[in-house]
Amino acid sequence: METLEQIKDRIAAAIPGARLEIIPNDTPANQRSLLVDREHAFEVARLLRDDAVLRLDYLSNATGVDWLDTSIKEKVKVKKVVEGVEKEVDEMVERKKAGYLEAVYHLYSIAHRHGPVILRIRTDNRTDKTRLPSLTPVWRSAEFQEREIYDLYGIIFDGHPDLRRILMWDGFQDYPMRKDYAEPDDYEYEPTPHDEVLEKAQPHSR
Amino acid sequence: MPAAEISSPPRNYEVMPKASPNGEFDGELLEVAMGPHHPSTHGVFRMDVVLDGERVAKLKPVFGYLHRNHEKIAENTTYLASMPYTDRLDYFCSMTNNWAYALSVEKLAGLQPPERAEYIRIITAELTRLVNHTCLVGFLLQDMGALGTPLMYAFREREKILDLFEALSGSRMMCNYMRFGGCRADLPAGWLDGAKQVVENYPRFLDEFEAFLSGNEILMARTQGVGALPAELAVSAGISGPMLRACGVNYDIRKVDKYGIYDRFEFRVPLGDHGDVFDRYMIRLLEMRESLKILRKALADIPDGPIVDSKAKIRGFKPKVGEAYGRIEGPKGELGFYLISDGSLNPYRYRVRPPSFINLTVLEDMCVGHSVADVVVILGSVDIVLGEVDR
Repeated sequence: METLEQIKDRIAAAIPGARLEIIPNDTPANQRSLLVDREHAFEVARLLRDDAVLRLDYLSNATGVDWLDTSIKEKVKVKKVVEGVEKEVDEMVERKKAGYLEAVYHLYSIAHRHGPVILRIRTDNRTDKTRLPSLTPVWRSAEFQEREIYDLYGIIFDGHPDLRRILMWDGFQDYPMRKDYAEPDDYEYEPTPHDEVLEKAQPHSR
Repeated sequence: MPAAEISSPPRNYEVMPKASPNGEFDGELLEVAMGPHHPSTHGVFRMDVVLDGERVAKLKPVFGYLHRNHEKIAENTTYLASMPYTDRLDYFCSMTNNWAYALSVEKLAGLQPPERAEYIRIITAELTRLVNHTCLVGFLLQDMGALGTPLMYAFREREKILDLFEALSGSRMMCNYMRFGGCRADLPAGWLDGAKQVVENYPRFLDEFEAFLSGNEILMARTQGVGALPAELAVSAGISGPMLRACGVNYDIRKVDKYGIYDRFEFRVPLGDHGDVFDRYMIRLLEMRESLKILRKALADIPDGPIVDSKAKIRGFKPKVGEAYGRIEGPKGELGFYLISDGSLNPYRYRVRPPSFINLTVLEDMCVGHSVADVVVILGSVDIVLGEVDR
């Protein structure tokens, strides 16, 4: 099979404007992946499937990953007036990096028996911009798997034929696989409700 | 493969016409919930079926009744602590579940099981394939109305293999036998002889089974031409295992990836022509014969030696930062584990690629146009286990 660099060049030549990045992987598995931007993801997927050399016709696994907001602390030199004299002082500055949700696709080729090629698409953030293009029209295999990602991670797939919850029930509110998911209080099963428990139950009874 | 998009048409289940526009009786669609509590659904599984008379017009599978968020639990515990939990995914095939998980972690951490462990893994995995396929044929016949007898024959043979598993791991179904870089315990004395005996006697049982079933007129009438699946759709929909090969697609991960030491064994990959229920049934019977070939050679060739990689750490097992996807040819299809390590004791992301969950994608495509009784048979031929579908 072609190396990931060759695949990247092939995509860049066929789809001008596609922003591609190779994500390294230092484990012995050495399965590096290709990060594709949202706008071109659908075209890239279709190219990977239909390209005569690659023919990645089999979407084996599609899944989500949740990356939390991180903050990086950095030392920055700041000019400050200390005791009437201007001095350079080191100051810790916290830089926030927005987290994101990620959809990961593992592709194989049944026609040429090679793989995997790993495709990643990322959302802008974890709160309000969580839309990604659905790859179900390219690989039908994504139908249930994208429903599962929507159900457990809350990524909304544009163009999915039937995007509903699949494992949790329809009325469920939260996305349980997110790293910051908090289980709801189990206030109903408290045998002897007393002050603290009743207080905890207050928001539920409204 | 055609370039055209293979996708299901948009569906809208909310709008169900209750009667035909001119108020006549025929043409009225009926929405029926098949399951969740029904013997033919192999667990707690529901199909919302829209019927046009006796024919299925629409069908949507509804599941999640057994969902316990296996993946979340695994992300909150150590790598090794999830090993017994993988037994509970597909509770017929705990050995192959163990192997798939161990294989992925070995890829992530760079471990190499010693020779003897690789042989033990192949032996247990192929025995598991025998168990699964034998039971599936029994269940399928049960779904067709052959109440009891074939299933009891199948369970009688399964029992012999489960006895072997019990002697090996201490448990009949929840084996928890494999470890990262090898296996948990060596074979007990006399185990190989017992296994050889089971393998020697198995073809006789298969002959008997086939003599009763394969040429049976009712079985052929109920399965041939029922639930046919086109090969292009099967590939696009990520179908794997016997269901994919019944459509004539030659793809067996044991041959393609050659994981473990499968490249040392000679076996054929049975393929179907029509992709219908009968082909899926036949493929499983033929695969068992191939498994017996592998078993005979493995039981004869197994060397002495250690059973765990000496580099494997049990306490404080922390793989490097990175990710790995490992997959094996489980009895039900491609069983994969996707792991992301952040360098800590717990996996940052742990994902099971469940074959029977993804094989359900095309259930509607296979069932539309067939009768209600056929839906039961088609579902039986998909070979689902709800512990794995719902996770």
